[in-house]
Amino acid sequence: MEASKASQSALYAKHIPIFTRSVKGKYRNFKTAVMIVAYSVYFLLPWMPWERASSPSQALLFDLSTRRFFIFDLIVYPQDIFWLAMLLFIAAALLFFATGLIGRAWCGYFCFQTLWTDLFIMVEKAIQGERPARLRLYKQPWNAEKILKIGSSHFLMLLISFWTAFTFAAYFNYAPDFLVNLFTGHAADAAYITVAALTVTTYVAAGLLRENICTLACPYARFQGVMYEPDTLAVSYDAKRGEGLAGRTLPIAGLKTREERQAKGHGDCIDCGFCVQVCPTGIDIRNGLQYQCISCGLCIDACNNIMDSVGYPRGLIRYDSEKNLADATPHAPRLEWKRLKVLGYAVAIVVMTGTLFYNIGTRTNVEVSVQQVRQPMFIMLSDGSFRNRYQIHIVNKTEHDEIYKISVSGIPADALDMGNIPQVHVRAGKDLTVNAKVNLEHELAERTKTFNFVIQPQTAGAETITLPTNFNSK
Amino acid sequence: MSQDKIKTPTTTGHVWDDDLQELTNPLPNWWVWGFYITFVFTIVYWLFYPAWPIGHTYTKGIPGWNSITYTATTVDGKEVEKTTHWNMRSKFMHEMNEQQAEQKKWFDKVAGASYEDVSKDADLMQFVNSAGKTLFSDNCAPCHQSGGQGKVGFSPNLTDDHWQYGGTYDQIHTTIVGGRRGYMPPFKEVLNDQQITQLANYVLSLSGEPHDETAAAAGANIFKGDSAACYYCHGADAKGRVELGSANLTDKIWLWADVPAAKDAAAKLDAVKHVISGGLDRGVMPNWDHRLKPEQIKLLTVYVHDSLGGGK
Ligand code: SF4
Ligand code: SF4
Repeated sequence: MEASKASQSALYAKHIPIFTRSVKGKYRNFKTAVMIVAYSVYFLLPWMPWERASSPSQALLFDLSTRRFFIFDLIVYPQDIFWLAMLLFIAAALLFFATGLIGRAWCGYFCFQTLWTDLFIMVEKAIQGERPARLRLYKQPWNAEKILKIGSSHFLMLLISFWTAFTFAAYFNYAPDFLVNLFTGHAADAAYITVAALTVTTYVAAGLLRENICTLACPYARFQGVMYEPDTLAVSYDAKRGEGLAGRTLPIAGLKTREERQAKGHGDCIDCGFCVQVCPTGIDIRNGLQYQCISCGLCIDACNNIMDSVGYPRGLIRYDSEKNLADATPHAPRLEWKRLKVLGYAVAIVVMTGTLFYNIGTRTNVEVSVQQVRQPMFIMLSDGSFRNRYQIHIVNKTEHDEIYKISVSGIPADALDMGNIPQVHVRAGKDLTVNAKVNLEHELAERTKTFNFVIQPQTAGAETITLPTNFNSK
Repeated sequence: MSQDKIKTPTTTGHVWDDDLQELTNPLPNWWVWGFYITFVFTIVYWLFYPAWPIGHTYTKGIPGWNSITYTATTVDGKEVEKTTHWNMRSKFMHEMNEQQAEQKKWFDKVAGASYEDVSKDADLMQFVNSAGKTLFSDNCAPCHQSGGQGKVGFSPNLTDDHWQYGGTYDQIHTTIVGGRRGYMPPFKEVLNDQQITQLANYVLSLSGEPHDETAAAAGANIFKGDSAACYYCHGADAKGRVELGSANLTDKIWLWADVPAAKDAAAKLDAVKHVISGGLDRGVMPNWDHRLKPEQIKLLTVYVHDSLGGGK
């Protein structure tokens, strides 16, 4: 037993908790700005009212029960699933494009895991204090202070996780009613399950697992790594400048100025360890590009601050390309966008975005399809004339009930027999299928191969739909 | 990180075949805990679901948690309510009950409205189309074919505008409820072959098919004469009589003699002669009043009238 205990600790690395130091700088500011914008949109959007004639007045509402997705003035129907596919294509191409140019920008600044982890670290900092205070708290035995501080930060994280989960579910329900229903026990089972599951996953992923999600669980982390090229700008430590010939060293007496250090062969890195302390994944960027690095830029900020304070030039850690760093005479870092891959992705993004917008722009308010009844293909009537039968499916995509008048062109108007339903009344957002019969006198039937169904919405100004249709007499 | 701490693994001390050894590497923690959790899960499962056999019975699990109630129809037609523990069949039955309740709302609407009102309501007609198609496929399609197009020489086409027994809602309803039996005596007993040929020519002339003028004129006399008395059933105008279900001989629709498919005039004549001489005792449609519920028959009536035919 003892032996197995001992080897157990030897075989599996113990998880080392990370206590990041906060840092000021332009990348931190950018991250904060992204966070504010993203959270404002995410948390407030479900509460944004939007006037609609006959549907819930919520700007963004994915109404699963009626299978309609309200996005401001756009109503998306399940048959528009193609748009979603396009959107996902565009998102993928955008990710490839950005990663090829500037590395894991998604990870460092935009990914949900990064945003929520960042927020939860802020919560910890607010309650437990800066890194040294948190480290001390971690090491001290469980006393009232520790229980209170750790407990309250986790309680707050759970609360944020819950609100995150609630907000997600609010996109699928009319938010004001949903909030009340959720707490009075009147919401759907699925809503409770969703909220519970997302609360738990948010809390576990961003509150407990943190960088382990990125290093152990996330597939994007790995396949973005594959998209790096020698020209890709990545967060890099300029080892040549930092190490010099004799390696990095502390700025002890006699090694304070750059001149002194260079004279002794030492590089610019004063080994303060700040870049390591700020890193949310707990790595040392000075060991080179690593798969754990989410490219958040915080070590750049940390290092720049140190360089400023010791009066050395900035940019010991910076965005630069592998190729440039290896160069004997490196130029200033720049975006290398004139590459086939980058341009290829750019073209793909432009084409697909264009197609998507064209598609959305030219959508119609009504969708009609005509299906011919093929059993039998045609019917001979008693006077020798022919009958074909059709089923007309009408989807009313407008916000109001609509009456559709169905007629025919290319054949006599009285050839159409709509039974007792001359006009079709379809409620807002609904669809309906009606029977239609077309009878053509013998001679005419044999000459007629096609005709048109004409569907005219009765609202003034609505577009008429003309559908070419086959007629069979053989 | 702690790579440097990795030690040489210890073994159990067993060695086979000189170099095969059993290591005592510990199992990963997640695996071990996952394994323990399955134990906990098992116990929870035993509590909630039927699990252990005890003599002739078994532990039932926490009641109410996993029971399903459903109504089923027994072989002798009684409806019984059953409550049983969760299983796929009872869940299926339960869901079927729910669906039937959902359908019943629509059937009630159809049952409560007049035929015309049903046919004017696009929403109801949509239900008639889909429920009617199912009912029709299950009950009527074996004879009338899946699209209701029938089969010449076997069953009438329900999609055209000719109705042997009448095409109003009430007439169709009567047909479905009571069934029909068509009959025509074999005329080879009273007419000789020449007469039958003449009669057949006359029948063909009625609907504008190729025929022999003189034979047809002679046939007309036989049709109206009292030895064969064709007019008695088919009417003096040969347009058939709805009360009897006798065929209209003047239109383009053929039920028994497959004239449209015959390749030449002689074959057409043969087809008609065959029917006249042999008569017909095949036109039997069973009654449905005890096999289908009244609301199903009503829905089928509208389906046949509006979705298939458009009767006259
Ligand atoms: S590695 Fe995955 S989870 Fe982590 S920041 Fe990148 S995309 Fe997000
Ligand atoms: S090494 Fe630097 S850029 Fe990479 S994750 Fe750490 S702090 Fe962010």
